[in-house]
Amino acid sequence: MSDARSLNDTKNDLTAGVQQVMTRYPTRRSAIMPALDLAQQKYGGVDGTTYQAVAELLDVPEIWVFEVASFYSLYDRSVTGRHHLRLCKSLSCMLRGSDALMRHLQERLNVKPGETSKDGAITLSAVECLGACEIAPVLMADTQYHGDLTVEKLDGLLAALAEAVS
Amino acid sequence: MSELVLLENINNPNAHRIETYEKSGGYQGLRTVLRDYAPDEVIEAVKFSNLRGRGGAGFPTGLKWSFVPKDSPLPRYLCCNADEGEPGTFKDRILMERDPHQLIEGMVIAAYAIRCQTAYLYIRGEYGLSIEHCQQAIDEAHALGYLGQNILDSDHSLQIHIHKGAGAYICGEETALLESIEGKRGQPKLKPPFPAVAGLYECPTVVNNVETLACLPHLFQRGVEWFASIGPEDAPGPKLFCLSGQLKKPGLYEMEMGLSLEEVLEDYGGGPLQGQFKAAIPGGVSAPMFPRSEFDVKMDFGSLAAAGSMLGSAGVIGLDETASIPKVARRITEFFSHESCGKCTPCREGLTWAAKILRRIEAGQGQVGDVEQLDRLCNGIFGNSFCALGDGAAWALGATIKHFRHEFDALIQPQLRVG
Repeated sequence: MSDARSLNDTKNDLTAGVQQVMTRYPTRRSAIMPALDLAQQKYGGVDGTTYQAVAELLDVPEIWVFEVASFYSLYDRSVTGRHHLRLCKSLSCMLRGSDALMRHLQERLNVKPGETSKDGAITLSAVECLGACEIAPVLMADTQYHGDLTVEKLDGLLAALAEAVS
Repeated sequence: MSELVLLENINNPNAHRIETYEKSGGYQGLRTVLRDYAPDEVIEAVKFSNLRGRGGAGFPTGLKWSFVPKDSPLPRYLCCNADEGEPGTFKDRILMERDPHQLIEGMVIAAYAIRCQTAYLYIRGEYGLSIEHCQQAIDEAHALGYLGQNILDSDHSLQIHIHKGAGAYICGEETALLESIEGKRGQPKLKPPFPAVAGLYECPTVVNNVETLACLPHLFQRGVEWFASIGPEDAPGPKLFCLSGQLKKPGLYEMEMGLSLEEVLEDYGGGPLQGQFKAAIPGGVSAPMFPRSEFDVKMDFGSLAAAGSMLGSAGVIGLDETASIPKVARRITEFFSHESCGKCTPCREGLTWAAKILRRIEAGQGQVGDVEQLDRLCNGIFGNSFCALGDGAAWALGATIKHFRHEFDALIQPQLRVG
């Protein structure tokens, strides 16, 4: 994701945003999470270059940035597909059939949870409660929630994503 | 309760806009507070109302505020816990998405009571629409003088900043939440000192749940007596219940506390999806489940505690007769094992071990003695983990075994079954 992206380019990309979020807090360290979020929104994930850039912009040790990035599950530290499907596997969704939906997605995409389809289009994850149990089973496609899922709805979603990719 | 309070405007597509909110009496509670109450009087009024926290523990809100030292020279902070993540819970998300000004007004009132000028609204990262609508609500409130410097020409000033979480259930624990705002891993800290004395940046801090804060505008607009008159004496006020799982009408419902679990599941939830209910969880997966024979339990803090469970986040999950309790227990335990922050051994190792045994049992490879081993693990985790995550996990697992031991045994020793 970042092979071609230099530290300086990354810092330049993030400087304005990071300076803005720093004003919300009395300490620079507090801006690590918002800074990682800015990077993730811009690049689709975070990596070593990101940690170094954030650390230098905030003037904090890089290990502080890494320990935050590696603790919170929403920061994507490995290369992910152009779209990320997060299917909820928590209790309310399980009781409404999320296991079968996960099997269907695995077959359709030919991946296991945590993997990305060969064409690089879609990363599939099984995640814990998304906080939308009233429309279980539910998944997040990138930042968008989709609820009351059925196999047919999943197929429709996959078709829409394939169209968006191509 | 026929009249809706927190959900009054929830189906109005413009309820998240300040014009709609003002039209239905929004920010009148704040006007009343700033005009008629000194900060300490706000705390006394909330104490008198007996408003109890809606995040899980049910701690009296006014009492919590009163622990903030009056003479501290340090800045004070208000943090709103919107890191909703307890499986079966979605009330705060719906409040923030659809009617966020209740929360913003509540935060201004709470901040006035504890004399605080900076507040953080910690919203879990998945809740994109909540973040968008809360930020919009903050901006609208600023533009009309309900936030910022000298609110409504008083000497009360407040800035609210949204801090976006990044996928860690443990950050719903208040000290972990504060660590997270400080830019660290979300690992709980030892109490005492409690946040009221040394919280965010070692300063006096109050952490309140979204729904708790959203009650405040109504409480001050309509009066403490009105609030206290709703529901049972020791658990008054409007309450949101999240209904999900195997019932016909999942959704968010507002009702007074004190109805029976049966009424909640049948009258609001529309009954079981298939056949009959087998069991139900009253307050998110941390709350021990009840078998159907105990559905007469009343849904309020005290009654549920006396019955060996808790109201928790009021995430009511129905399990019908098709549900396999060992599978449910496995899934709940895996959740807690995954979300364990890793700080303390009983929780980190104990839950990993319990999940492993439960997977084995479910796969038909359980061994004689496995259920006893799970019981021992629960006893080892409960009371010995650093924060409530481990306790809740052990408590919930223990209840599945207590009420449905036969289902575990049936998977382990099928050869002993007759017929």
